[in-house]
Amino acid sequence: MTTAIITAQDVHLYYGKKEALKGITMQIKRGEITAMIGPSGCGKSTFLRSLNRMNDLISNVKITGEIDLEGQNIYGSEMDTVQLRKRVGMVFQQPNPFPFSIYENVVYGLRIAGINQRERLDEAVETSLRQAAIWDDVKDKLDQSALALSGGQQQRICIARVLAVQPEVILLDEPTSALDPISATKIENMLLELRQHYTIVIVTHSMHQASRISDQTAFFYQGELIEMDQTKQIFLNPREQKTEDYISGRFG
Amino acid sequence: MDPIAKSLKKRSLSAKIETRGRLLTQICTLLIVLLVLAIFGFIATKGVAVFIQDHGSLWDFFTKTTWSPDQTDLHQRPLIGALPMIVGSFAVTFLAVLLATPFALAAAIFMSEISPQRGNKILQPVIELLVGIPSVVYGFVGLAVIVPAVQKVAGGSGFGILAGTLVLFVMILPTITSMAVDALKAVPRHYREASLALGATRWQTIYKVVLRAAAPGLMTAIIFGMSRAFGEALAVQMVIGNAILMPSNLASPATTLTSVLTMNMGNTVMGTTANNALWTLALLLLLMSLIFNIVIKYLGKRSALR
Repeated sequence: MTTAIITAQDVHLYYGKKEALKGITMQIKRGEITAMIGPSGCGKSTFLRSLNRMNDLISNVKITGEIDLEGQNIYGSEMDTVQLRKRVGMVFQQPNPFPFSIYENVVYGLRIAGINQRERLDEAVETSLRQAAIWDDVKDKLDQSALALSGGQQQRICIARVLAVQPEVILLDEPTSALDPISATKIENMLLELRQHYTIVIVTHSMHQASRISDQTAFFYQGELIEMDQTKQIFLNPREQKTEDYISGRFG
Repeated sequence: MDPIAKSLKKRSLSAKIETRGRLLTQICTLLIVLLVLAIFGFIATKGVAVFIQDHGSLWDFFTKTTWSPDQTDLHQRPLIGALPMIVGSFAVTFLAVLLATPFALAAAIFMSEISPQRGNKILQPVIELLVGIPSVVYGFVGLAVIVPAVQKVAGGSGFGILAGTLVLFVMILPTITSMAVDALKAVPRHYREASLALGATRWQTIYKVVLRAAAPGLMTAIIFGMSRAFGEALAVQMVIGNAILMPSNLASPATTLTSVLTMNMGNTVMGTTANNALWTLALLLLLMSLIFNIVIKYLGKRSALR
């Protein structure tokens, strides 16, 4: 049995008066891929962003309940968001490499942590780019701007950038929805490889993607967690009617 | 011919209106371009007259320090050493920009990154107000406050490069600040998010990502301020002392290209050497602003490419 790395207990989140999350309780298991599915506006991205406190950047957000990372409340007063985000990395929907060279993009997280030794940076660049399955594409042009790459390549650079910091958990917010199917497949295969070393949480619009790569699937609807179980169970034998309706395409 | 074919072959009313509209805008554009070209041509022909008609030396113009165009030297060349005013112009410009840039950048960072709400509520109106104050008012304040202050601190008359720099500093501060704010706001939000999500602090995000991504825009803001400082006439003229001398220190009376022009243009007769020499100064100002514009365009293009 795998143990939980993240535990959420009755999490409510409000944008001003609007309640976007209505009491989410779930466990995310170490070393697994957890997929979050649900129609637009169901709160799955909001919940993902509360796992590394990215919602703090939006004014007017209030959050109650508790989210623990390895037993430590991330909304506790002694939690440092900078340290938290080093442990819980994030990849966004739109590929968002910095307007720097590929090399500088990958080592950004290390440089801000004060690591500047050339050998360590070089090593991190090669390791992370290999893990992100893009080393062969870019190894001869590391000093070129990352913005010159295709969307799919940019997204893999963004993943390599997160990997270089060696987080424990990687959050992905619809990482392939802006990409073509071939790039999306490459990223899916890469995530399956990464599963051995990292805990991965992915928000996705594609039910095929969720069923292909995830171990656990959580179905969100209107700010509530309707059902969470092994992916096979959710797709073949859902307990809730709403889940079944959604995955069979009756709404969404 | 049947009526449908006929109506299809005839130009429709909206097509005619379209042609007329296009013609109108083209004529207006052409007029503006012609006007600019005419001004440029006029100043250029007037500006080179002192070298061609009056046998002034281009070398003397940029290197000699004696300016009295109605007199001639041993070689029968007019005395048109413009170095003191060129030095004066560049000195006040660069010093003012050097002084204003850190303040403007700090204010811009505050407004766009640290406290946008308070920035928009308090700083924005203040800056807009500062832009709107006429330059003669700045000059007047400079004359009443800055010149006596400089006099107290540095001695002498108080008129000079330092007083000019301080007046220009206040005048270009809002220009650089508001353009720097625009440059910072144009940095996509996702750069900031990506940086913070990697465990960067807010300050690391600002100086490693936001400032770097906005660099071309910030350079444009600074050059714009420079161009404004270089071309400012009235306020500087009121506090710089208007002595056509090489400035020996920051508090000694000096002058700028624009000040010499405003002081003397009413006192010369068209076609004389003295008048032609002033046109040469005007041409130099025009060329400088052209250079500033080219640099701004170049920077804009570079940021658009990225």
